[in-house]
Amino acid sequence: MKVVVIGNGMVGYKFCEKLIAKKLPDLELIVFGEEQYPAYDRVHLSDFFNGKGVDDLTLAPASWYAENNIKLHLCDPVLYIRNSIKLLQTYKGYVMHYDILVMATGSAAFVPNIDGIDKRGVFLYRTIEDLHLIQSYAKKVKRGAVIGGGLLGLEAAKALLDLGIKNPDVIEFAPRLMPRQLDESGSKILSNTLTNIGLNIHTNKNTAKISGKENVTGMQFTDGTSLSTDMIVISAGIKPRGELAVECGLETGINGGIVVNNFMQTSDENIYAIGECALYNEMTYGLIAPGYEMADVTVNEICRIHAKSNIRTKEFTGFDMSTKLKLVGTDVASFGDPFAQGDTVRNIVLKDTSKGIYKRINVTADGKHLLGGVLIGDTTQYNILLQTCKNKLILPPHPEDLILPARDVKKEEGAGIVALPDDALICSCESVDKAAICSAVINQGCETIDDIKKCTKAGTGCGGCLPMVKDLMVYTMKQQGKYVRNVLCEHFNYSRQELFDLVKLHDLRTYNQVLDNLGKGDGCEICKPAISSILASLWNEMVLVKGNDTSQDSNDRFLANIQKGGTYSVVPRIPGGEITPEKLIVIGQVAQKYGLYTKITGGQRIDLFGAHVSDLPSIWSELIAAGFESGHAYGKALRTVKSCVGSTWCRFGLQDSVSFAIQIEERYRGLRAPHKFKSAVSGCIRECAEAQSKDFGIIATEKGWNLYVCGNGGSKPQHAHLLATDIDSDTCIKYIDRFLMFYIRTADTLTRTATWLNKMEGGINYLRNVVVNDSLGMAEQWEQEMQALVNAYQCEWKVAIETPEIRKRFNHFINAPEEKDPTVKFDALREQKKAANWK
Amino acid sequence: MLKEPKIFEQNAHWILACKAEDVVENGGVCVKYGEHQIAIFYFTRRNEWYATQNECPHKKQMALSRGMIGTKNDEPKVACPFHKKTFSLATGKCLSGDECSINTYPIKEENGNVYICVDSLPLT
Ligand code: SRM
Ligand SMILES: Cc1cc2nc3c(=O)[nH]c(=O)nc-3n(C[C@H](O)[C@H](O)[C@H](O)COP(=O)(O)OP(=O)(O)OC[C@H]3O[C@@H](n4cnc5c(N)ncnc54)[C@H](O)[C@@H]3O)c2cc1C
Ligand code: SF4
Ligand code: FES
Repeated sequence: MKVVVIGNGMVGYKFCEKLIAKKLPDLELIVFGEEQYPAYDRVHLSDFFNGKGVDDLTLAPASWYAENNIKLHLCDPVLYIRNSIKLLQTYKGYVMHYDILVMATGSAAFVPNIDGIDKRGVFLYRTIEDLHLIQSYAKKVKRGAVIGGGLLGLEAAKALLDLGIKNPDVIEFAPRLMPRQLDESGSKILSNTLTNIGLNIHTNKNTAKISGKENVTGMQFTDGTSLSTDMIVISAGIKPRGELAVECGLETGINGGIVVNNFMQTSDENIYAIGECALYNEMTYGLIAPGYEMADVTVNEICRIHAKSNIRTKEFTGFDMSTKLKLVGTDVASFGDPFAQGDTVRNIVLKDTSKGIYKRINVTADGKHLLGGVLIGDTTQYNILLQTCKNKLILPPHPEDLILPARDVKKEEGAGIVALPDDALICSCESVDKAAICSAVINQGCETIDDIKKCTKAGTGCGGCLPMVKDLMVYTMKQQGKYVRNVLCEHFNYSRQELFDLVKLHDLRTYNQVLDNLGKGDGCEICKPAISSILASLWNEMVLVKGNDTSQDSNDRFLANIQKGGTYSVVPRIPGGEITPEKLIVIGQVAQKYGLYTKITGGQRIDLFGAHVSDLPSIWSELIAAGFESGHAYGKALRTVKSCVGSTWCRFGLQDSVSFAIQIEERYRGLRAPHKFKSAVSGCIRECAEAQSKDFGIIATEKGWNLYVCGNGGSKPQHAHLLATDIDSDTCIKYIDRFLMFYIRTADTLTRTATWLNKMEGGINYLRNVVVNDSLGMAEQWEQEMQALVNAYQCEWKVAIETPEIRKRFNHFINAPEEKDPTVKFDALREQKKAANWK
Repeated sequence: MLKEPKIFEQNAHWILACKAEDVVENGGVCVKYGEHQIAIFYFTRRNEWYATQNECPHKKQMALSRGMIGTKNDEPKVACPFHKKTFSLATGKCLSGDECSINTYPIKEENGNVYICVDSLPLT
């Protein structure tokens, strides 16, 4: 049987994937695609501007098609179909017969008929090629506008921001943004948020003319106003690509969509249409989940025809259009009927204009069922609301609780999972229901998210359902009596804290000893760095001795961070950010000599990038000779203690913050912990050193210091908590000693202090009791242990360059130590260099 | 066909890659063979030798020899230092669920010398 697919987009690809999984004998599968790339992830197209390349977006490489016996013809659009004789012809001249034809031609951007639309500087937003064009044009211009304030338009506007266009204009014809998904209040809140981050929103605007000679210079609107701009991206909706169908006489709708029945058959029973080109029940589905469902139905049809059967097992019956998306700077979701109102409906609304939060749920008048709603600014409850709505679950007595801030409905959420029926769709991209996930845990023994992904494909599309998948997995494991134990990995049946105590108790000194005594098997990339960190925290021995070198994380093994292309970065310690002119000169000279890119880091020191592994020892020899030492930028260890200039110069300074920062940095340098940790000292409450965002931060007062702990920058920033006030320097150090030892002993691997505190029962009050009031009676021991670690400090790089066996490990080729890796490539950038892009 | 002079001493199909003592215990090193880069691992705990391509197929980085080795359900593997994708040292299959794999080569250790069989790699 010969199946030909027209279109190699997301749905066309999914169709192939699902069809070959059926392993039908004598199946010949041929795909014609118009674009030059094999199908890629259009949903995440905008990631292209965040550094993702074509490879990252590709759904499967060309080799995948070959391996699965699929003949893929790219750059070869189909031109005609002669359905009466089941033939088609392509641009490159193939004339081909088919038994079944599947049209997955998607849609094109809808281009409004505006005077001047063909000028240079007008772009669409649909394909990788569009993005290439936008990217190169945006480099040359300053201003940009987007026509269309819907889902795609806002995404395009964000892309313009990312490309460095300041304050792009968004032109919407309707009176509000995202008119199809949001109600008026919701749109207003969204407009505010978007305005704050730099978009110019214009609603109620109808473009009359695009002005400019050859290149766009502006736009004029029907209300007589105008706007100047250098480029325009059109995102005013989609138009299904039914032109082939029209030409060969298949039934199509007014928008060009190809009319299909419940089995995705067009008016010719041998031709199917799926994805955005299909028109089902007068509706075009512009989302990926319904497209995948259509692919599934068609695969079932082909199996049926292959088996010469009349029994149909699957049909398409329409699809929920609920969506959740991450817009520029905020989250937006709409589900069920977002606009429901009237006598039979109760609308519950929560609105916080200053935080940009708007939530509306529409409930039946009797308060029993959820009809739909809108969420803006906080969409954490989306999954559970969607499920409640779709499965017509009975609402709790106070439905308003459903949209109160997440922490108050924690219990409800757990209960929500339990109440879901087995066929509740959890992952709509891959249509995986609750039963499938539970069964993966119960019958296939999945115990990690990765297992579940492999087994069921849930969470491999947009990823939005992952939190719920995880909750379901943990819940099911608990139901199964599986104690969800926090163990390190398959080689150790202990948590990090248990291992820490055991290693200390048994006085173990190497990774192999620990594995032999406490673990099983031969280790892996999870337990090796975790144990190495414990050993370092306990004994503070040079990490590359005693055969511990290969159990270090790769960065620790080479005492430098590996970077794109395989070169390393060099970060000498610059305590408190203070440096002499002489030392600055040395850094400059070293960078010049070894051709390194130099940059001032966010941690008040200098990073030198682009060092070949074999140059590292010589670079460090020169730095050490000039009085530098390792900055441990590669280790889970103390990074920097930032300082502000403080009382030595600053007119507001209350204490000498620089001297104290240096003292602190030199005390804890090289100390390894479950994760990296950072500190800062500010000379007064103006807080120029940002101490309250650090793992421990110190702010000068009239009388001494205030000590803050457990702050974090990173992806989930968190302010530090005040631990003690007006303490003197010695007390401050004593408290930090205790705090750090407590953290090192009890935190999980790769847990920063903020997360550690978040999980601690009793929170900051408990921590204060332990550290300040010594409620565990450990204070003295911890202070002694810390002193021992401080005394054992050595500069790792000094040891490394002075020990020949260690030094000889720093080469690329074991059999040609003097040669550098010839594949390392750099590009020029602003008088320096940068790593060449990923290939 | 004319080939470049070998940088290795040739012994039938096996070439001498390096001395066993040069290879780090429970870890890897990289061997240059003409234009090719081959990662050699000495899994000391299991007394096993492995040879694979040095390039990680994920982002085409010459890095596998610097990766951490270990096991998954007793299958020996290496984790790329860049994004921790893992590959079976025995079969070259990607173990972290991606559609890519690496080449592996026969390897043996005799009298303190390590030999690899690189018949599949033409010297250009
Ligand atoms: C160089 C630097 C950026 C810069 O050019 O300024 C930098 C560069 C890196 N950061 Fe950072 N971070 C740098 C300051 C910061 C800061 C700001 C600060 O320290 O004041 C933060 C937020 C503050 C915080 O950590 O709470 C920061 C939060 C992170 C995180 C997120 C941590 C978290 O808790 O979520 C990571 C990822 C990680 O560690 O797992 C990270 C990881 C990295 C890594 C190690 C990623 C990697 O593996 O390649 C980068 C290494 C560069 C290199 O090769 O040297 N970097 N990074 C800064 C070095 C400061 C220094 O002198 O040591
Ligand atoms: C920027 C952007 C963001 C999006 N975000 C989301 C989102 O968050 N969530 C969501 O669910 N959906 C999103 N979508 C929509 C989603 O991408 C589409 O629903 C999906 O790609 C449709 O798949 P398809 O295969 O039907 O069409 P397409 O992916 O468009 O593929 C059709 C392919 O057929 C080719 N073709 C057309 N005619 C011919 C011919 N005659 N011969 C050969 N080949 C032909 C086309 O060139 C194209 O490659 C987004 C879309 C865009 C553009
Ligand atoms: S924190 Fe205080 S001392 Fe430091 S620079 Fe700012 S004002 Fe000056
Ligand atoms: S380059 Fe090896 S895992 Fe990404």
